[in-house]
Amino acid sequence: MIFWRAIVAAALVATSPALLAGEIPPDARRSGYSFMGPDTRAMQDDDSSNPGMLFVLDGEALWTKKVGTADKACADCHGDARSSMKGVAVRYPAFDKAQGRPVTLDQRINLCRANHQQTAPLPYESRDLLALSAFVAHQSRGIAITTGDDPQLNPFVEQGRNLFMRRQGQLNLACTNCHNDNFDKRLAGSPITQAQPTGYPLYRLEWQTLGSLERRLRSCMTGVRAKAYDYGAPELVALELYLMSRARGMPMETPAVRP
Amino acid sequence: MLNGAIRNVAGEAPIRTGKVKLDIPPLVENGNTVPMTVSVASPMTANDYVKSIHVFNEKNPQPNIGNFYLSPSSGRAQISTRIRLADTQKVVAIARLSDDSFWQVVADIVVTLAACTEELN
Amino acid sequence: MAALINIPAKAKRGDIIEIRTLTSHIMETGFRHTMDGTLVPRDIITSFTCRYNGTEIFRADLFPAIAANPYLSFFTVAKESGKFEFEWIGDNGYSSTASASITVE
Repeated sequence: MIFWRAIVAAALVATSPALLAGEIPPDARRSGYSFMGPDTRAMQDDDSSNPGMLFVLDGEALWTKKVGTADKACADCHGDARSSMKGVAVRYPAFDKAQGRPVTLDQRINLCRANHQQTAPLPYESRDLLALSAFVAHQSRGIAITTGDDPQLNPFVEQGRNLFMRRQGQLNLACTNCHNDNFDKRLAGSPITQAQPTGYPLYRLEWQTLGSLERRLRSCMTGVRAKAYDYGAPELVALELYLMSRARGMPMETPAVRP
Repeated sequence: MLNGAIRNVAGEAPIRTGKVKLDIPPLVENGNTVPMTVSVASPMTANDYVKSIHVFNEKNPQPNIGNFYLSPSSGRAQISTRIRLADTQKVVAIARLSDDSFWQVVADIVVTLAACTEELN
Repeated sequence: MAALINIPAKAKRGDIIEIRTLTSHIMETGFRHTMDGTLVPRDIITSFTCRYNGTEIFRADLFPAIAANPYLSFFTVAKESGKFEFEWIGDNGYSSTASASITVE
């Protein structure tokens, strides 16, 4: 009996990843939801008052719309998204064999459009792309994030981690300075969260519309007075990959509402 | 501006404080989307009901927020919506009852802005 | 434009029910400027009406201070089975409608 416990304990210690300085212990991780006031939480909790759900509705309509020279809708290959897309968003960004690198859900949608529907990609942050990715990610609501399990992603997760730890901009701040070291404190009246991307794409009250994680990352970079990477840049993909793998085990909330 | 907008609705009639309740978070997370509920204590019968509710603000570029028109068949004089508040300011809600009397409530709201600004594309 | 309506599917005659509506609209205030100083023109929903089996039961005038993707909730007495019809009207000829049915016992 004692032997068994010792073996299990040893196995746990051996397999759990070592925490780097400043990283949040797994059971101390909290979604941005827990940092918001009760009114904003109420907005997210109720599907008929969550403005993000308007975009999910739009995405549902786009899912069955035939496009391109192939005259195909997403539904023609993927059927009912409720079953086929369940558990998909929680493993993104995922490794794409043809590209030899990770791609985000938005990039995957555009790859499908190019390769299978034979139509033009949707511009980043366009209403249609946001609606589609919100619809797909919403099918994983409540499911635990698994991003980063694939060993092929390791060098890209590492790249993302380095970007997260690196000081940048005129304010010379690294993401970790706020989001690992100072969450729960306030910056100009707003609570600093842990930056767990559990609800993207989300309805941000500041934007008064739905937006992607890349939009949020770019505005953070502008916030520290650094030049933001372009949408779809490999650095943003690596950061998203790192952030999602840092949140592994936490449930998806898409579409979340945030201040 | 605020007083002018109120006079547009109430004319010279006296406005008493009471009966109206404003439910707004005293410290809003983001001034762009502030949840607000206005309710008026009223039996909402054919002889005693709330005709309309008018909401105003003090420091936005424009004083009006919304006008809401009810009837005895409303059952309850309560509306909820989401509003924009440009700065820390007062919000005033005025109810017009079926006897054309006016009642009001004033709330002080603190608005802080979101921390990181975005570049407009 | 998408709209989300929430009303109880069933109610008893005389029940006071809550009607919750949410619709997509940018509600551009007319007070914002682009980076080069040009004023972005106002583009808002100006009026919302709800009819219950043809009779208007609730009306609202909306101003730029109403947040984007307007959410409106209000109450009515469930009188009879039938249809609620919602209409949003706004600047630049904007018009959008939605409906929902209720069974009243």
